[in-house]
Amino acid sequence: MKNFQNLFIAWMVVWAVFFLYEVSVALRMGRLRDEIERLKRQLREG
Amino acid sequence: MKLRFVGTIAAALLIMFAGYAALFIAPEERTMHEIQRIFYFHLASWITSFTAFFIAFVANAAYLATRRAKWDWLGVAGAEVGVACCTIGLITGPLWARPVWGIWWTWDARLTTTFILWLLYISYLLLRGLIEDPQRRATLSAIYGVFAFLDVPLVYMANRLWRTQHPQPVILGGSGSGLDPVMSKVLLVCVIASFGVMTLGFLDRYRLEQLRHECEELRQEVESRAIESQSISKKGQT
Repeated sequence: MKNFQNLFIAWMVVWAVFFLYEVSVALRMGRLRDEIERLKRQLREG
Repeated sequence: MKLRFVGTIAAALLIMFAGYAALFIAPEERTMHEIQRIFYFHLASWITSFTAFFIAFVANAAYLATRRAKWDWLGVAGAEVGVACCTIGLITGPLWARPVWGIWWTWDARLTTTFILWLLYISYLLLRGLIEDPQRRATLSAIYGVFAFLDVPLVYMANRLWRTQHPQPVILGGSGSGLDPVMSKVLLVCVIASFGVMTLGFLDRYRLEQLRHECEELRQEVESRAIESQSISKKGQT
C-alpha cells in the first residue's frame, strides 16, 4: 500500500491527541479533587 | 459514573469503526489513491473543531451578556476541545500534503488563517492561566474569545475567496463539488465518531472548571477563617 506510513501516522495522531487530552483532563481533575478534599478537611478541623 | 463509562466505551468503539470504515470500506480515490483516506480524519477533525469554537463563541458572548460563571466554563471547554481537534487537523494536513503536493506546508490563505486560528485559541488558554482573579479572567477571556472566533469564517471562506494550494471545497463548494455516496457515508461515520469523543472531552473539561470554581471558593473560605481567628487571638492578647 503506497504511502501507508503517512496514513498510519495520521490515524495514530487522531488516537494520540484524543487519548492524551483525556488523560490530561483526568490528571487535572484528580489534582483538584485532592485539593478540595484537603481544604474541606482543613475547614472541618478548624 | 456508569453512564460516563458506557459513553467512553461507545465513543471508543465508534472511533474504531470509523477508522475501519475509512481504511477499508471507503472506495479508493482515483488520483491520490490510499493517502486520500486521511481526508476522513482530517475533515472530521475540522468540523468538530469549528463546532467547538462556535460553542465557545456563543458561551463567551453569553457570559458578557449575563456574567454567569457557567458560560465561562462552557467557553473554556469549547476552546480547549477545539484546540485539540484543530491540532489533529494541523498534523494530518501536512501528512496528506507531503505525498500529494510534494511539500509539507505552504503559507497560502487557507493554511495561514488556520495556523492563526490555532495560535489565537492557544493564546486564549494561556491568557486564562495568567489572570488570577476569576471574574477578571472570565471577562477578559470572553472578550478575547469573541474576537478570536472571527477567524473561523475567514478560514472557511479562504479557499473560496482566494486561489490556494489547498484544494477547493468538495462539500458545499458549488457546482462540480460533491462526494461519492459511499465516501459521504464513511465521512458521516467519522464525523459522528469525532463528535462522540469531543462530547466526552467537553463534558469532562466543563466538570474540571466546576471543580476549579469549587476549589477557589473553599480556598477563600479557609483564608477568611484564618484572618478571623488571627483577629480574635490579637483581641485576646490586648
